[in-house]
Amino acid sequence: MRPSSAERASSGSFELFAWLFMRISGVILLGMAVFHLFYMHFVFGVERMNFNTIGARWQNPLWRVFDFFLLAFALFHGFNGLRVVLDDYLSQRPGWRVLAKTLVFVLVVGLMSIGGYVIFTFPAAANLAAVP
Amino acid sequence: MATAAPERTVKAGWWESFYQGLTYRGYEGHWAWIFHRVTGLGVLLFLTLHIVDIFLLTLGPGVFNSLLALYKAPAARILDVFLLFGVLFHAVNGLRIVIIDFWPHATRAHKAIFWAEVAVFLIVFVPSALVLLAPLFGWGGGAQS
Repeated sequence: MRPSSAERASSGSFELFAWLFMRISGVILLGMAVFHLFYMHFVFGVERMNFNTIGARWQNPLWRVFDFFLLAFALFHGFNGLRVVLDDYLSQRPGWRVLAKTLVFVLVVGLMSIGGYVIFTFPAAANLAAVP
Repeated sequence: MATAAPERTVKAGWWESFYQGLTYRGYEGHWAWIFHRVTGLGVLLFLTLHIVDIFLLTLGPGVFNSLLALYKAPAARILDVFLLFGVLFHAVNGLRIVIIDFWPHATRAHKAIFWAEVAVFLIVFVPSALVLLAPLFGWGGGAQS
């Protein structure tokens, strides 16, 4: 729900930014994530997927850029959603809330790092010849 | 909300509060909210798994390809249908939320918008789920997906 003017005044600009980010990234993900799911299942094909075919797909740097933006939008949208859910259920338990939000922060940094690392360092060129 | 007896909600067992959570308002908007939250958490769980499984590419083709067999198992197609359900519902319902947030006039027709959303969801979800499940029933000549 849209924050009321009172909520906006009391919670500062971060929550307003988070609210706007969820709407914008949500619409972007409606395109990117749904496209990714349908493309990988019905065009690329799960049966055909392996180390070499993934490398061949990343021959095209545009796929790496697409996958990186999908990773970033999905990760921040998803974990900001989790942050909102945690606020809902842990509002009476400040200790657990701090612990859970710390874990969320660690997960976002960790998953963004390993995801970004593999997208941009996977050696696609070495596998070109092996592609079926 | 303000008139609810506080001692009753505070003393409720987890089952009773779970039941209240499902029924205290009921109707379209409440169910859309519940499904949005559950599908969001489910898709987030898969996203975490998916980032880790793609990172396993760094272990080399031998390990990666043998672990990928898990995703090619017949049971994985059933889980794929759950993923498709979660992503599609969350996407279409999220679009409804955006429309109502940025165009408050739409709240006058919020129930109609919800049922239009359900129609759009089913039109995309049902055929796609059938295509995903087809190999399990031996339809369509097998590996089409």
